[in-house]
Amino acid sequence: MSRTDHPTRLRAWLTAEIAGSSRQARAQQLWRALWRLRSNFTALFGLAILLALLAMALLAPWIATHDIYAQNLANRLKPPSAEHWFGTDELGRDIFSRVVFGARITLYIALLTAAIVAPVGLLIGTVAGYLGGWVDVLLMRVVDIFLAFPSLILALAFVAALGPGIENAIIAIALASWPPIARLARAETLSIRGSDYVAAVRLQGASKLRIVINHIMPMCIPSVVVRVTLNMASIILTAAGLGFLGLGAQAPSPEWGAMLSSGREFMLTSWWLAAIPGSAILLTSLAFNLFGDGLRDLLDPHHD
Amino acid sequence: MSDSTINSTALPPREPSALLGGFNWLARTLATVAATLFGLLVLTFFIGRLLPLDPVIAILGDNASQSAYDAMYRQLGLDRPLIEQFATYVGQVVQFDFGRSLTSGNPVLSDIARVFPATLELATLSILIATGFGIPLGVLSAMYRDSPLDYIVRVLTLLGYSAPNFWLGLMGLTLFYATLGWVAGPGRIDFVYEYTLTPITGFLLIDAPLLGEWQAFANAISHIVLPASILGFSAMAYIARMTRSFMIEQLNQEYVVTARVKGLSWAKTVWVHAFRNIAVQVITVVALSYAFLLEGAVLIETVFAWPGFGRYLTNALLAGDMNAVVGCTLLVGTIFIVLNLCCDLLYHLLDPRTR
Repeated sequence: MSRTDHPTRLRAWLTAEIAGSSRQARAQQLWRALWRLRSNFTALFGLAILLALLAMALLAPWIATHDIYAQNLANRLKPPSAEHWFGTDELGRDIFSRVVFGARITLYIALLTAAIVAPVGLLIGTVAGYLGGWVDVLLMRVVDIFLAFPSLILALAFVAALGPGIENAIIAIALASWPPIARLARAETLSIRGSDYVAAVRLQGASKLRIVINHIMPMCIPSVVVRVTLNMASIILTAAGLGFLGLGAQAPSPEWGAMLSSGREFMLTSWWLAAIPGSAILLTSLAFNLFGDGLRDLLDPHHD
Repeated sequence: MSDSTINSTALPPREPSALLGGFNWLARTLATVAATLFGLLVLTFFIGRLLPLDPVIAILGDNASQSAYDAMYRQLGLDRPLIEQFATYVGQVVQFDFGRSLTSGNPVLSDIARVFPATLELATLSILIATGFGIPLGVLSAMYRDSPLDYIVRVLTLLGYSAPNFWLGLMGLTLFYATLGWVAGPGRIDFVYEYTLTPITGFLLIDAPLLGEWQAFANAISHIVLPASILGFSAMAYIARMTRSFMIEQLNQEYVVTARVKGLSWAKTVWVHAFRNIAVQVITVVALSYAFLLEGAVLIETVFAWPGFGRYLTNALLAGDMNAVVGCTLLVGTIFIVLNLCCDLLYHLLDPRTR
């Protein structure tokens, strides 16, 4: 691509007043969004934390200083020091290394849940909104039933039935968190189903499926992305809560919630056992909240 | 707790109507509630009977003989058609028969009745704390937008949304109980007082003064204050955030300018005129946070060894006691639906703009 080899020409391409192709228009839109994000300090801060976490998760074997499963009972419950930056737990394992590896599990849960929840919610919401009638009534009634529970209680009930474990926790959390997405996508669909471009596509003979997938879903994606990002925070809290109750990731897994549960009896005397994995959970959900708020200001025109 | 979800469940779209329309609205709302309750039954039936965990093995254990297994299979009615099983289940539930708990051996309903006051006491104190701080903070934050106070409130609400409450509980215990000794530790009351109080209402904070046991009362207070504050924190964040955004919307209205031009003080404009317009919305938010406290209670009760509903549910979960799990799930779902219905009715009655 000759345009991309020179930074000023790329910039000119990105800021040209009239876009020459739809690809250029899309790139310009993204560029303007990034430009606006630049001035939103808190959102950038959230994004920076998320990128750091992602790097930590990917490079965990190189960042960790100790074997996360190696027990050393002679060296248990040691406070933070030069050798063990975050101290050691009740079995003498290095907490820093475990927190680093825990980032993998937390991001795995959060991203996998989002990857299940977003398409399912989007599909159900747009189909209900576009088709209307009894399909809409039926699907929205199902959504209402799921919304009649706080997500943790519903996830707990599903985990109880499925059995504990990280994969089941993901399924349970996904089952509990698709309904708000579906409701949002339906609301968006209702506001665009009557617009002229949809009528134009319909007159061209497009099938209902094609209209929903090609012409309605893409319009709903920005608000769904915002909602999913904000939901990530509560997904992470729910996952940590399940881990803490012993229903999610199981010991000796370095999942942060499970770490909080395994050292509980020693926490009153060894503060770092609770403080450090908990801060990691707080920081991650905080980062998703900050970044999600920033994204909403950026992508969601309905929000003030 | 997602804002838009709550708003949309509390506020279904409705058309303007007269008295007859009001009846129509009520009938439609009640029909919706009935359908949701029925859906709740289907969902809990599926959770309780159909998911991979084998109910027979849960009762008999892994080593049961084939004949014992078959007998229990028939006894539980698992050999009958699903629709028949569901009908039996619905029949039992409408008679408030949730079966026996496998761990305690008591009927699930009497177990729940025994543990629920502890949770209700905790949640009520939490909501009082959350409302007492949340509403004034939200209003002040809207009044003095972009002031240092507003920033502090916004940071607090963000923390309330992001912090895992069970972790705050662990840290609170470490700091205020183990290190500073300001509050009592886990549990609802010290062991020495446990049997001096004969339950009247089941609420220690009411029973103790009724019996004149002031020492026990003080002890119960020092046990409940930390879990209630921590449980109330996230509810406070939610209430403050919603109050702030409702209030900001009001303060942009022209009647506020008019009131100011007439010479009314800023404080009077906000607290008397604007607040009246958001009061119903705020009440709805408080009611829904109250329901959400049940969720928080599950984790907080585990941290504080609080002998309530949340800990009962957790123990049932860990023991695979599905009757108890289904009973608790049904209860929470029903409380949620009923609170939502109450909010809708309240809106309809108190706010003529929604009619």
